[in-house]
Amino acid sequence: MEHVLEQIINGLQLGFMYALIALGYTMVYGVVQLINFAHGDVFMVGAFIGYFGFAVWGLPLPLAIINAMVVCALLGVIIERIAYRPLRYAPKIAALISALGVSLFLEYFSSLKFVFGPDYRVVPRPIQEVHWHVLGLPITNIQVMVIVVVLVMLLLLQLLIYRTRIGMAMRTVAVDHNAARLMGVNVDTTISVTFAIGSAFAALGGVLYAIAYPQIQPFMGIMPGLKAFTAAVLGGIGIIPGAVLGALIMGQVETLTAAFISSQMRDAIAFTILILVLLIRPTGILGRSQTEKV
Amino acid sequence: MVRKNAKWFVVSLVLVLSVALLVSGCGQNNAGQQGAAGGKVIKIGFVAPLTGDVKTFGESAKKGFDLALEQAGNKAGDFTIQPVVVDDRNDATEAVNVATKLINEDHVAAIVGSLTSLTTIPISELANSNKVVEISGTATSPKVTVENGKRKDYIFRACFIDPTQGTVGAKFALNQLHAKTAAILYDQGNDYTIGLAKNFEDAFTQGGGKVVFKGAYAKGDVDFSAVLTNIAQLKPDILYLPDYYQKVSLIGKQARDKGIKATFMGGDGWDSSDLDYKTMDGGYFTNHYSGQDPRPEVQKWVQDFKAKYGSEPDSFATLTYDATNLLLNAIKTANSNDPTKIKDALQATKGFSAVSGSDISFDQDGNPVKPVTILQVKDGKYKFIATMK
Repeated sequence: MEHVLEQIINGLQLGFMYALIALGYTMVYGVVQLINFAHGDVFMVGAFIGYFGFAVWGLPLPLAIINAMVVCALLGVIIERIAYRPLRYAPKIAALISALGVSLFLEYFSSLKFVFGPDYRVVPRPIQEVHWHVLGLPITNIQVMVIVVVLVMLLLLQLLIYRTRIGMAMRTVAVDHNAARLMGVNVDTTISVTFAIGSAFAALGGVLYAIAYPQIQPFMGIMPGLKAFTAAVLGGIGIIPGAVLGALIMGQVETLTAAFISSQMRDAIAFTILILVLLIRPTGILGRSQTEKV
Repeated sequence: MVRKNAKWFVVSLVLVLSVALLVSGCGQNNAGQQGAAGGKVIKIGFVAPLTGDVKTFGESAKKGFDLALEQAGNKAGDFTIQPVVVDDRNDATEAVNVATKLINEDHVAAIVGSLTSLTTIPISELANSNKVVEISGTATSPKVTVENGKRKDYIFRACFIDPTQGTVGAKFALNQLHAKTAAILYDQGNDYTIGLAKNFEDAFTQGGGKVVFKGAYAKGDVDFSAVLTNIAQLKPDILYLPDYYQKVSLIGKQARDKGIKATFMGGDGWDSSDLDYKTMDGGYFTNHYSGQDPRPEVQKWVQDFKAKYGSEPDSFATLTYDATNLLLNAIKTANSNDPTKIKDALQATKGFSAVSGSDISFDQDGNPVKPVTILQVKDGKYKFIATMK
């Protein structure tokens, strides 16, 4: 029984990791209705900037994290300005392809020798890992840190979206750009802020990911990005708590499959569940059915 | 405004392209002239992962290749050697691209490389069907020289193969470490780790040991907590990790986090300065060679390498050095740049004295016959333990 509980904790850690990325994914989608495929790569850039911060430039960890978040917020705004804004009123597929292009650009540009370089780097842990036993179950300070950060992020995002003026603007833009503009909302600024916040959260996720799995490389964002996207869809894309719920389900399914069925089946079963959920509830677990706008 | 920009873009694009054409055109002319002036020329391609997840392998191997050519004065028999160096990034698709370039554009007579089985297998298919000799220093999968029971005549290697490595590793675990139980974790998408895992399992079971767990993962996996939690419960004596240094470092760290106390064991993929020495301390791995081996060939090589590069040569440098020398020797014997003649001379090699083993000859599968070295990771270094057949 203890063994099962330990596996569930493993699954929780993985799930919260996915949640870190899924939150930014789903927030951007909720406002702009654009699947930002470059999100996983902004996450990668965040991991690298964070690594440079605490391992190379010798910054204290909180400062390294803030630095990575600021750099990635800027990067997010620039990506939106160059790659998405010109296509805002083009067919959806154009923006989607542009997003794929940005994703590939970030991966291969980062691989260049004078940028991050294509090599795997071992990340020295900036904080000593501490093992605790809570009711006989092993848990580490890094696991606790990840869980706390995700919960705080979730709370902040909810407050931002439902309790602030910019949040109100975001919700307005999400419904209808033109109507929002008529109401005096600056649509461009609102979308820029959305990307800045989403990308800053991706950076935060990247740094924590690099601490939990201490190895980084320019293509590290692809798989977690895909899994986080899946998690966001599973929970209902565009719905903030849905991203966390979806991520936790993904983490549990993967870990329990690897532990009790077969480690080779983990991705197959995780994605099969996604397909099943989408067949039964196309808008995701927490999704409301929406009538198509004409 | 937009139209004007577009015009400038086209103009500058044309300019850049024409400069590129000019430069590459010049390059070809020069090569032709050099060939005419320097007498007979033989082109040798060198493929290795010079960037990417195992770039330290490639960097070391290139040092071995360069030193072998330098010591031979860039000559073999009557031929001046013209090396062509390409990078496969340890990616199977990229390997096919660069090998196609070597064969179809540079018209090389022989290829030295690549380093991992992952990239060497597709390259060997291309080289063999185009009748170009290939000798790899370090690709250990049997599939490099044999496909479906049929020998690829033009393909050779300077290292032992996976069955040998897995078998000797298992024997060492049973006889020297007195291990009773072992757990195995391997990459399901890589022939190298599949081969080592299978042969270790077979030999360990045959020798009376028990494999209590065998699990696979995918190349991109970074979270191994689920399988490692299972393994921790079984308390095996040995955890066999036959993957490359960056992956085993990651798994090793998580294994210790999960309280696994087993002795880590692995193969030659561990041999890198980027291995996490602290995590892997006390682990054993099978390898091709050790600089602490007292044979005079080994000691001379270590000295020469140190004099040129200021560091100890690793297995990748050594085996690529051996592979290059075996090839140069065959070119000299055949005294020809015809790949078919070079291939015959290589196959007929007898009593060649190399760093990684004396008296080397090739068996009918293009594999050299020689012993395996066992090393231990200890205090940030490798310690020579034994050589075993």
